[in-house]
Amino acid sequence: MAAPEPCIAGVAESALGKVPDETELSMLAAAGREALAEAGLGFGDVDGLFVRTRGIEPSVEVAEYLGIQPRYTDSTDVGGCSFEAYVNHAMAAVGAGLCEVALIAYASRQRSLRARKRAGSEDQTLAGQFEAPYRPLLPIGNYAMIAARHMHQYGTRPEQLAEVAVAARQWAALNPKAWARQPLSVDEVMASGYIAEPLHRLDCCLVTDGGGAVVVTTPERAREAAKRPIRVIGRGESATAWHISQIDDLTVTPGVASSRAAYAMAGVGPGDIDVAELYDNFTIATIMELEDLGFCAKGEGGDFVTGGRIAPGGELPLQTMGGGLSYCHPGMLGLLLIVEAVRQLRGEADARQVPDAEVALVHGIGGVCFGSAATLVLARA
Amino acid sequence: MNANPPVPVFGDAITRPYWEAAQSRRLLIQRCDSCGQHQFYPRRFCRRCHAENVSWVEASGCGRIYTLTRIWHSEDPAVAAPYFNALVELDEGPRLFTTLVGGDFAIGQRVRVAWRDRSGGPPVPVFEAAEER
Repeated sequence: MAAPEPCIAGVAESALGKVPDETELSMLAAAGREALAEAGLGFGDVDGLFVRTRGIEPSVEVAEYLGIQPRYTDSTDVGGCSFEAYVNHAMAAVGAGLCEVALIAYASRQRSLRARKRAGSEDQTLAGQFEAPYRPLLPIGNYAMIAARHMHQYGTRPEQLAEVAVAARQWAALNPKAWARQPLSVDEVMASGYIAEPLHRLDCCLVTDGGGAVVVTTPERAREAAKRPIRVIGRGESATAWHISQIDDLTVTPGVASSRAAYAMAGVGPGDIDVAELYDNFTIATIMELEDLGFCAKGEGGDFVTGGRIAPGGELPLQTMGGGLSYCHPGMLGLLLIVEAVRQLRGEADARQVPDAEVALVHGIGGVCFGSAATLVLARA
Repeated sequence: MNANPPVPVFGDAITRPYWEAAQSRRLLIQRCDSCGQHQFYPRRFCRRCHAENVSWVEASGCGRIYTLTRIWHSEDPAVAAPYFNALVELDEGPRLFTTLVGGDFAIGQRVRVAWRDRSGGPPVPVFEAAEER
């Protein structure tokens, strides 16, 4: 008889927004403790650690900080989707018996520390030699070039990009933890000033502090869990490009491959998804992800988001906590996408709850130009 | 006795021929001797067919704008905004991350290489408007 499949047994957000009285490690630990408590577990039970920090050898540093000696660790860096990748890796590791209680965690204080990474210097790296002399504004300028190409190939309009920001803000208004909750119009997005054409300030995600944690373990270890376990029925990853000059078609992302793998494993398609948490670092990202994840044909993402389809009450509930655009973007959003999907599937999302959500899609991206992607399909047990 | 001044070393072991050519404002790319594909940035093998016999060739310096953005926030006090970032697709096929100088620009527009001097390194290729062909 096959062993029962691992599940997500606990999730937590750290303090979010502007967090003056914590450190990144203290935030990560607090979120980890809370997520483990949901699973009926504590730090002493953790034997698998999957973490990112701004430091080097993060899993070693965090193990020491938490006072644990995990037998399996992973600090894979595929950008903002590292946490979807960690769930994929943790499912495999727990399933193979390499660890039993996997803690996945992240925290950043990039707003408080003003620590956002700046454009690289003219060093001996490839980017230093061949991009830095032109002063790239990373990653905004790259996503702006992607948006410009999408508009050129498919006629996508700036007003359609703005619709994504407006829908995110409407969801954020329903979430007391969201950073930006005041009403927002398409005209206000369009009038917010260019950062890098065609992206305006309000086409870009927030810069906030934040973090969170996810626990993947066996049903047996989660038998004391306070909350209902969530199944991970589909998983996929893809990595393609670090330099934007190396991408054949800028309008296609590795989300095509990662979502295809996740759907195939889950035996579901876009039509089966009740709620979608798709990484929105910029408004163009949502439009291209909807295309690449099969919700509409390539080039039709702009039309898809028009008319409130992804807003509260719309056909496809998307970024239901308000997304990176209005809720929180602590350098990497991927972990918080998982937290929100789990809460939706448990029915814990209060005013923003999607009725009877049974299947959720979580899609993370990474890199400075859609260079990596990881997709999860989550379902109620 | 050698009267030549020492050649400044720039780039890494793989890219050095590119930068040495850039000193004399020549734009080098690579061509695969096996499959004929051009590529940039340089590698010791072909990105497409993975053969290890690639040769340096001089590019025509002509191409089209594949995409562009005008950046309105400069992170470098020495560079005034707005300025362009662009991907230029050379007629040989590879795309270069670059900037555009001397006017306004649109996707699809013909451009040709110009060179911009800088302190601390060889000139870098930038692109200016060219006649439609």
